[in-house]
Formats: sequence, structure tokens, C-alpha cells
Amino acid sequence: MSSNLSRTRNRAFVLTGLGIALLIAVFLSPFASQHPDGLDRVSQDLKFDAKAKEDAPAKRLPFYAVFEEYALRGVPEQVATPLAGLVGTLATFGLAWGIGKLVVRGSSPQDDSSDLP
Amino acid sequence: MATVGFAFSGYSASLLDLVSQPYLALHIPDGFLSFPVLAVTWIISLALIAISLNRAQAEYKDRTVPLMGVCAAFIFAAQMINFPIPGGTSGHLLGGTLAGVLLGPWAGTLVMTAVFIVQSVVFQDGGITALGANIFNMGLIGTFGGYYLFRAIRGAIGRDKLSGMVVGSAVAAWVSVVVAAAFCAFQLAISGTVPLAVALAAMVGWHVLIGIGEALITVVTVIYVWRTRPDLFYRPPRRELTTTSRPLSTR
Repeated sequence: MSSNLSRTRNRAFVLTGLGIALLIAVFLSPFASQHPDGLDRVSQDLKFDAKAKEDAPAKRLPFYAVFEEYALRGVPEQVATPLAGLVGTLATFGLAWGIGKLVVRGSSPQDDSSDLP
Repeated sequence: MATVGFAFSGYSASLLDLVSQPYLALHIPDGFLSFPVLAVTWIISLALIAISLNRAQAEYKDRTVPLMGVCAAFIFAAQMINFPIPGGTSGHLLGGTLAGVLLGPWAGTLVMTAVFIVQSVVFQDGGITALGANIFNMGLIGTFGGYYLFRAIRGAIGRDKLSGMVVGSAVAAWVSVVVAAAFCAFQLAISGTVPLAVALAAMVGWHVLIGIGEALITVVTVIYVWRTRPDLFYRPPRRELTTTSRPLSTR
């Protein structure tokens, strides 16, 4: 079905795309605007920002010990956000790929395992 | 035991964080929405995700899988980049429409879901209880509403023309952001967090501007894919018409 050439071109596209994403997450993220964004701004203006839970469930997960929002803990400030961007981009790439692998039929060439008991 | 690099540490720092959290475009934190609103948005999101899982199984081939990874990675990275909006505010890409245009509504939905799961679980961006609402507002409005609006406009201008793709994705991207902001305002109002009229005016007011950024980033990405690999679109342009717009090299 897919020739070697098209497979190579697809791989090139995937690597280029992932490369662009990583460049954005690592090198552009420190320059992101620090202003409050849409909902943030509205919650401050309309005085309901204090309703955000301090002890949100996500803070009880182990990740909270590693990342404080988009910043890796325990490293200098300059690299905290780029490193978080790197990890997050790769994690998202892996998760979406994994979901696709599980869902899309024919993506496992060996066995066509269905969920039938 | 993180080493804190500034003068104030501990409690005052966390209070300060609460006042100035830089990342939250439309990401609703835990605590803004009431239980009924959380439940309904979870149910709607899970239902649409289930349908998407089903349709994706039937519709896509395995070459789509790496694209899903790339698309998710790009949207995650782009969401980190807040662009300034006049008036001391910022916004960032949501990407739902972009995912829909590239991958179609089904795989697009799965990609957006992956992005919001990582943001919420790993980076505390958007509450976990509000994940259903965030997936719906920022993802599914774009992957379904945005996609079908894009499809209608593209069909009207010309399926195989770049102009059809560009105008369709620009309009759909902008509309999906404004609609997402409106939905968010409604959810906040129904939850009793803030009066509807005020929330609607404020949310839509800002996101009318933020949506322009969304449209620009979406269009640039669509043009890039059109020039490099138009065959990768969910509904690719028909071949014979694309020869003129396919340079030999990518810049």
C-alpha cells in the first residue's frame, strides 16, 4: 500500500512537524506574554478569581511535585518553562499517538485483535 | 523542597501566583463551575469522545496515527505561547478548528482531548473536575462546530482551492473561539459564579480579539501543510488542480 518513498516522506513530515512543535515549546515559550489571558482577565475584573480552588485535585498528583504549572521545579528560572514545554510536547505527542494506535484499525499490522471475548 | 530563587518564598509566593497566573486562556480552574454544570459538560464531552473513538476506528488508516501525534504536539506547544492583546490581556491558540481541518472531526477530537488531559493532569492548567467543560469549550466546539463551518465555507468557495481552505479555516477558527467564550460565560453564569450579562460581554469582548490570533495561526499552518503535503488533509484537494501550488522544495 505505502511505498518506501511515501513512507520516507511521511516520516520527514512527522519529524519536521514535531521539530517545529519542540522549537516553539522550548525557545518561544519564555517570550510568551505574561499578561492575564481572556478568562483570567475577566475573572479578575469581575472579582471571581478567588473562587479558584487552592487545593485543586491536580495538586495531589505526583506531577505537582515535578511541575508547578508550566515550570519544572528545582531548576533555574530561565530553563524551567522551556523544559516543561519539552516534556509536555513529547508527552502530548506520545499520548495522541498512543490513542491513535489503539483506536485506528489496521495500525497494528500483526494481530487484528478486536474487543470480542 | 524546590529552591526558590526570589526573596519571598512559601506562602506569600503561592498567594502571588494566585493573583497572576499567566496561563489560563479559557482553561477553567476547579472551583468556578457548579456540580450540575460540571456533570453535564462531562457527559457531553464523554459522549462525543465515544462517538469519535467509534468513527475513528471505522474511518482512518494507520498513516493517520503519526499525524495525530504531530498535530497534538503542535497544538500543545502553540497553546503555551500567549500573544499580547491590546488592553493588557493575552490569548493563545485553542486549536480545535485546526485539528478538525487537518484530521477531521473524529481524530481531531481525540487529539484535542489528549492535549487537555496533559495540560490538566501534568501542568495543573485547567481543573481536573472542569476537564469535561474545557474539552468541550476549547476542543469540541472547534473540532465539530468549527470543522463543519469550515467545510461549508470551503465547499462554497471551492473545495480544491487554497482560497477556500484559507477563508474557511480563518472564519471557522475565529467563530469557534468566540462561541467557546460565550459557552464559558454561560457555564459560569449557570454556576452562579458571575451574572450572565456581565460575563458574556467581558468574555466575548476579549475573545473577539483573541479569535483573530487563532485565525492567523490556523491559516499559517493550513497554508504550510497545503504547500508541503496537501495530501495529508482530512479531505485533501483533488490532485489535478494542485500541481500549480506545489513547489519542489519546502522553504
